[in-house]
Parts: sequence; structure tokens; C-alpha cells
Amino acid sequence: MPDSQTKIRVIVAKPGLDGHDRGAKVIARALRDAGMEVIYTGLRQTPSQIVQTVIQEDAYCLCISILSGAHNHLFPEILKLLGEADVQDVLILGGGIIPPEDVPALKKLGVSEVFGPGTSTSDTVKYIREHVQPRA
Amino acid sequence: MDLMDRFRQGDRRALARLITHVENGTPVGRAAMRELYGATGRGRSIGVTGPPGTGKSTLVDQLASVFRKEGLRIAIVCVDPSSPFTGGAILADRVRMRHLQDDPEVFIRSMASRGALGGLSRATGSVLKVLDAFGFDVILLETVGVGQGEVEVVREAETCLVIEVPGLGDGIQAIKAGILEIGHVFVVNKSDNPGADRVAEQILTMLSLNPVPPPWQPPVVQTVATKGAGVEDLARQVRRHWEHLDAQNLRREHLGRRRIADLAEILKCRALGAASQRVLSRPEYSELRRKVELGQMDPYEAADRLLPFDGIEEWRLP
Amino acid sequence: MKRTPKPGPLEKWERETLPRSLERMPERRSTFVTTSGHPVPRLATPAGGDAPAEIGLPGEFPYTRGIYPTMYRSRLWTMRQFAGFGTAEETNERFKYLLEHGQTGLSTAFDLPTLMGYDSDHPYSHGEVGREGVAVCNLADMEVLFDRIPLDKVSVSMTINSPAAPIFAMFLGVAEKQGVGFTKLNGTLQNDILKEYIAQKEYVFPPGPSMRLVVDSIEYCQREVPRWNTISISGYHIREAGSTAIQELAFTLANGMAYVQAAKARGLDVDEFAPRLSFFFNAHNDLFEEVAKYRAARRIWAKMMRDSFGAKSPASWLLRTHAQTAGCSLTAQQPEVNIVRTTIQALAAILGGTQSLHTNSMDEALALPTEKAVRIALRTQQVLAFESGAANVVDPLGGSWYVEQLTDQMEQGAMDYFRRIDELGGVIPAIEAGFFQREIAEAAYRYQKEIETKDRTIVGVNDFALEESPIEILKIDPALEKKQLERLSAVKSRRDNDRVRLELGRLREAATGTANVFPPLLACARAYATLGEMMDVFREVYGEYVEEATF
Repeated sequence: MPDSQTKIRVIVAKPGLDGHDRGAKVIARALRDAGMEVIYTGLRQTPSQIVQTVIQEDAYCLCISILSGAHNHLFPEILKLLGEADVQDVLILGGGIIPPEDVPALKKLGVSEVFGPGTSTSDTVKYIREHVQPRA
Repeated sequence: MDLMDRFRQGDRRALARLITHVENGTPVGRAAMRELYGATGRGRSIGVTGPPGTGKSTLVDQLASVFRKEGLRIAIVCVDPSSPFTGGAILADRVRMRHLQDDPEVFIRSMASRGALGGLSRATGSVLKVLDAFGFDVILLETVGVGQGEVEVVREAETCLVIEVPGLGDGIQAIKAGILEIGHVFVVNKSDNPGADRVAEQILTMLSLNPVPPPWQPPVVQTVATKGAGVEDLARQVRRHWEHLDAQNLRREHLGRRRIADLAEILKCRALGAASQRVLSRPEYSELRRKVELGQMDPYEAADRLLPFDGIEEWRLP
Repeated sequence: MKRTPKPGPLEKWERETLPRSLERMPERRSTFVTTSGHPVPRLATPAGGDAPAEIGLPGEFPYTRGIYPTMYRSRLWTMRQFAGFGTAEETNERFKYLLEHGQTGLSTAFDLPTLMGYDSDHPYSHGEVGREGVAVCNLADMEVLFDRIPLDKVSVSMTINSPAAPIFAMFLGVAEKQGVGFTKLNGTLQNDILKEYIAQKEYVFPPGPSMRLVVDSIEYCQREVPRWNTISISGYHIREAGSTAIQELAFTLANGMAYVQAAKARGLDVDEFAPRLSFFFNAHNDLFEEVAKYRAARRIWAKMMRDSFGAKSPASWLLRTHAQTAGCSLTAQQPEVNIVRTTIQALAAILGGTQSLHTNSMDEALALPTEKAVRIALRTQQVLAFESGAANVVDPLGGSWYVEQLTDQMEQGAMDYFRRIDELGGVIPAIEAGFFQREIAEAAYRYQKEIETKDRTIVGVNDFALEESPIEILKIDPALEKKQLERLSAVKSRRDNDRVRLELGRLREAATGTANVFPPLLACARAYATLGEMMDVFREVYGEYVEEATF
């Protein structure tokens, strides 16, 4: 966990064609109100654009919101590209409409946690604070 | 391989991590700045400022695309305010930079103003230097021109663009924010809206009121950034300014001024750091603070006891 | 001299409005009775007097109490479940299943690539084909989608916005193949681009050209497809994005007025096109506020159309609406409880006087609904229609002090928003300034905070929670994407590509100029040009829109 001096930088990303940004915007505001710096990608980002953003912004955490049912395609794609770029120290979280039975496979790929509908934003904040990896 | 080696080999992840160090003021960041300083002064920096809603990000996106066509490597730094209450921020300028997202020769970094001691301008100035040392040809710095802090930030850049749009209400917003004086090129964006010519006229009038006309006469360019209209012309005016700086030796002057400013900032930070460390570690500090809090002692007296004026000269900097 | 007293409004209604309506739409039974055997009155009115003019009478201006004098006593609302997934075959099967189970209209859900105007073989479409709805790339897909569904008998609603024009052209192409004349077609195109910028974010082009395509469709349908509902002006998605009920009401009606203005600016006659505008509202949990929202919507629209837009025909004053229960209110926790939520919401829409209704399935916070879940949702409507008694009397809540007061408040709240939108220069400048988006984001965040502080209780989420085992959900077979791609490539190799190029060229001419784009679109559809090809023509001519991110 980083000390209080360093700001936690989080990317809130919307991959795919899905335009439902209610959840992404609510979580972005909640993270900001918890004192974090949130980089919002905007809608319809390709996996490679998201990975470039993670690298350029040196993010501690990447939150990916998908409500279109394309999570089994988009998550593996993003994680594959992160792996190819040798990005190891970023906490990956998922949110949106993701059936519980799909979660184990996503976790195996490297998604730390999936926050489905009804998750309290304070749970997400707490999870990020406890799980991001320290930066020098 | 250590971070600086990777940085020198052009590793963008090392660049990104180094910016984090510099932004957070870590020992690694400070050491890196010392090491890199000599390698700065090559890339061109362009500050872009203007009131909210003037389409700055879209304009930066388009301007960078023009420079990309000329083969220049581009870095962009977008600064947005931190919340004064929580210290958090939402940085969303990337949303509008769609033309650049897939370009491997473009690097975009979002920064929150944070409002730390030493000021935003120091942090951004350092980040600009890191990007310069990395080898970018043009470094664009975008800020919301709303206050003095932002004006200071834009002064870091050798060429300043001030963006206005028609229809934002009473008069030109830049006058209020005091950023008219720092503009080298003025842009009337969204110029397909009614009133664009009038805004351009107003800017020219304001500039002509300047009692001592500077050797550089700032041009006013009209653009429609969402359509890319006028952006080539804007790029041309920026280049003209570069040529002007080079021809008049002004670039060297600018860099010299920035170096002096850097020295002053570094000294100020260290002095403040040293002073506060010295004061806060004194055993009587907490007691005096309590007294001030309860109104039993005024803050001037407490300050005299903790840090008497004539004590300053006795400081020994590390 | 003796004077005969002038008949009161109620007397006049009974003497004129009611018999006229009964003649056209007789009641479902000669008498309606309660379970105790008492007769149910058609309409309850204040004892010994008339209701205030603001409340009025059903089927009369300002339609607070409903747009028909007898409402559901004559004709129940249309039970219309939104369906679509996989390829056209799967959706066609689901359509037939729903019709067999007593559904009375069809409602088509398209997948995201289609909604964004991309063919299934576009790189952006990968992983999204057939996920959230059916993939439609060209006339061949549309032919399969409506195979053996008689388009002159079944009304079809299509939820499509940015690509509404090319998709509708394909639909017309199927009607031609079925031998059904355009004048017999009955249905609805959502075609509401403004709420896309505001809430759902499935926009492609900038607002200006988008509005031009909408007005083209109004103009074309007025001439060629007169019974078609050209726009379904939708508050549903605004609410789903997190707005309040008042915001939903205000923003939707403001959008409606923007369409009317745009069509009038084209020189179209308001009384020609206004009767073909329809609405689509959300039905959320707060029963009485929801009822008030529907009542206020009718009243505001009637006043606006008559007094501000000069519509003379009562058919232009009527706000006809579809309703859908609130997807955003469904919980992933204890999903069976969603059946109860949906029941309350459906009741709100019915008490509010909706013309058609979709009830959500209990599993929709998890995935697309299973067949069983869809059946229960439809059964919910049937219970309300046939067992609850709510359909046997007109506007049962009219005259409730609470509901009338809420109705007035909703109207007032909407009027306040109209003023603010006007001050920003109208709907499109307000969109460009991020006004709606900011208002909605603010409301959504407030709602979430209320849940987290337990200021607002959501059963099974922040109270009454329990450990549970997952329910069965619908899985989309990934092989369907492959099947769709194969069909697309087969069509592309089979069709006359020279003809496609020619027709796309003509479409470009129309799009660049001012001629209505529908005739060339129809020609493109007939030539089996793909959706992506037609949309690319528009993309090149009009450019693509990127929104300012607002929080």
C-alpha cells in the first residue's frame, strides 16, 4: 500500500461498443471523493488504447466497466496486451454486468476482483487502497 | 536494468514511471532531475490555455495531428484541478484526443494540480523537462485558464496559445483571468458560431492598447477544432513564433529565465522544507500550537518563539 | 325568458365524447364487477360537481386522465416484450414463441454493432455480435428475422437510433418481399437520437446531421408509410442513466418539442406528423410519483402542442406512450425479488395509462433473459390485466389528493427545466454544453450515495441480504458470431457489387445535398448493401461525434 504522500492513480475504462457509462461515472466520482486521481478514458476504447493509457499514465489500478456481455472477449484481449507490454504491477478490476459463473475464468487471467451490480462504492475504494502495489 | 538506463533507451514505461517519481517528489525523482537537466532545452514547448468549454483538448488533438504529419514526436501534458476538499481529481482530457490514441510516437499524460507546496508550475515544469529529455520534439501543455496558478504553469512553455470562443457571455474571458499578456498566438475556436469575428476584433483591440508594442505581434487565428478547420493555419503561426524566437535569440533568453526560476523554486522549497522540519520537531511546538488554538497566545508570538527572525541566518542547509 | 342551463363538462362528455368512442372501440364486456359482485363504474368523478379543468376527463384535453374515454375497458394495453439475441434465426424463433404465448406486438433488440452502425465483420464488432440483441447487416438478415411473421398484422417496434434510417429501409425491403404495401405497415421506430447524446450514448454523427436524418424519416413516412410511428421519444434511457423522474419527464418532452420544431422548420405541417410521434417512458419503483409522471406528461404535451405549436387536430395533442419497467432497479442479489419490483412498476405504468408495456425479466441484472424468465414477465402483465381489476376502470387514481398534487408538482418541475434549457439556447446547445449529462450524473451519484448510507433501502442489497446460489442464465453461443459472419460473407459474394456501388453513390449524393435519403436508402437495401456500407457513407459525409466527458 502506498504511503499517504503518493496519490493513487486509477484508470476507469469503457472498452467495446457499450455506451452505458452510469456505473463508470459513479465509480469515477466515488474514487475522486476518496482522494484518488481518476483518469477517465471515455467511451469505446479499444483494448490497445486502454493498455497505452495504463502505460502512459503509470496507473496503479485499472477499472474496466462492461455491460454488453462482451467481457469474455475484451478482458482476455486487454490482459494479453498488458502481458505483452510486461505490465505486472497494475491492479485490474472489473465491473458491470458479468455473470458470477464467468468470474473465476477472469480471475485466472489476472483480474483481481469483479464488482457486480449492487456493490457499494466504498467497498471498491477500500479494496483498491488495500490492494494496489506500492510505487517508489 | 535500472530506471534511468531504461529511460535513456527510450522505454516509455520507464518514462511514465519517472514522471510519477518527479510528480511525487521522491528521492528517485530528484536525482533524476539533476541527471536530466543538462539534456533539456531541445524540444519545443507549447502552452495551451483558455476558459472551460473552449474545446482545448480537441484543438490540442488536432494541432498535434498536424505536427505528427510532419514527423514530429509529440508529448501532451493535460493539467486539471484537484478537488480542494478531497485532493482527488477526475482527469478526462484524453477523451477528446482520439486521433492520437493509437500513435506510438505520441505520449499523453494527465496531471492533477494537487496544490502542493512549491506549486503546480514546479511539478509541471519538471515533467516537461523529463519529456524533453526523453526526446520529444514538441511538448504541448494544456491547462484550464482560470487563475493565477494556471498562468504560471503556461509560462513554462515558450509559446503560449490562448483560446477563446464566441458566445461565452460578457467580453473576453482571458482579460478577467489576466492571461491576455502571456499569449503569443490567440485562437478563436468554434468560429462557425455567430460572433467569432467580433471576438477576434476584441482581442486585436485589446492587444493594440498595449503601450509598448512587443516585437512579436500576436496573431489571431480562427478555428473549428471539431472539424479541423483553421488548424493548419494555427500550426503555421506557431512555427512563425518559433522562427521569431530563434531569430531574435529569444529562445535562449526564455530558457535562461526558466533556469533562474527553477533555481528560485528549488531554493524556496528547500528553505521551506528545512524550516518546517526544524520547527515542527521542536518539543514545545505542540504546546504552543495548542495555545494558539485556544486563543491563549497569538500566532505571531508563537512564531517568534519557534522561529525568531534573526534565527534565519543561522540556518545551515544540508 | 327561461334559460336552459349550459351542460357541464361531465354531461357533455357523457353525451358526446363517450358515445363516439364506444362506437369505435366497444368495451370488452357489457359489465365489469368487483369480486364482491358490485358493478365497477366506468369513471369515478367528484360527487356533485366537475373536476377542475386541469384534471378534466379522459379522452379530452388536457388528457390528464388518459387519452381514451374508456381506456382499458375497451382495449388492453399492448403487451410488447423486447427481444433479440444471436442471429436472425434465434430471434425469429423467440418472436414466434412470444406470439404463441399471447404477446400482441413485437419489439426488436439489435446487438451493439448494429446499434452503432457496424457490420458483424468490423473489427470493433468482435465479441459483441448477437450479444445484446440480434445482428442485422443487410436485407438477407432482415428477411430471416421476420420470416413467416405477417407484417400487415403484427405491429413491429425497432429499437434503433443512429442507424434508424438504413435499418428501416431494410424493413421496408422485407415488406416488399412479403407483398405487404407500405400503407398497411404498423409499428414504431425508436429513432430518438437526442436521448442518445443525453443518456444512452449510442450516437454516431454530430447532432445537426442526425436531426436531418430524423426529419427525413418523418417526411418520408408521412408520404409513404402513414401508419408508422416515426419516433419513440424516449425517457426510458434517460432514467436508466440515473435521472430522477422529473428529469426523465422534462428532458423527454424537451426532446419531443425539439423534433417538432425541426420538422416544422422543414416546412412540414404539424397536424400531419405529430399524430405519428409516440413516447416511451420508464416505470420505476415509486408507484405514485410514476403515475403522476405519466399524467403530467400527457397534460404538458397537450398544452404544448395546442398552444405553442398551433396543432389543431386533437390527434396531435395526444401523448401516446410505451412503457418499460426499470431495468436499473433490478438487483443481481436475490433476483426472484425482481418479479415483485416489476409488478409494482408495471402497475404504475398501467395506472398511469400507458398504451403498451414491456415488463423486465428477473434475471436482467445478470444477463439477457431466459425463456422462462421472459414468460414470467409476460405473465405478470397478464395477471395485472385479467386478475387485478386495475384495467376495469378509467384512471382509478384520478382525484386522489396526493396523486393530483404530485401531478402538478411534476408539471411544475418540468416547466422549470424547460426554462433552463431555453436559457442555454435549446436542446442541442444544452447537449453540447453537457447540461443534461451533468444533471443526470449528479442524480445518479446522489442515488448511489443514498443507498450506501442506507438512506434508501434496497431489499436484498443494503438490507435483508443473504448468501445465495446463482440462478440459471441465458448463454449466447459464441458459434453464433461465426454463423453470422459466414452469412454476411455469403451475401457479399452473391450480390451484384456493381449495383451496390452505384446505389451507395446515389446515397452519398442525397446525403451531401438536401434530397430525402430514404429513396436511395431503400435502393441500397434492395441491392443488399450492408448497414456498415450505408453508415460509412454518412460517416464520411457527416463526420463522427465525440462527447465532452462530464461528471
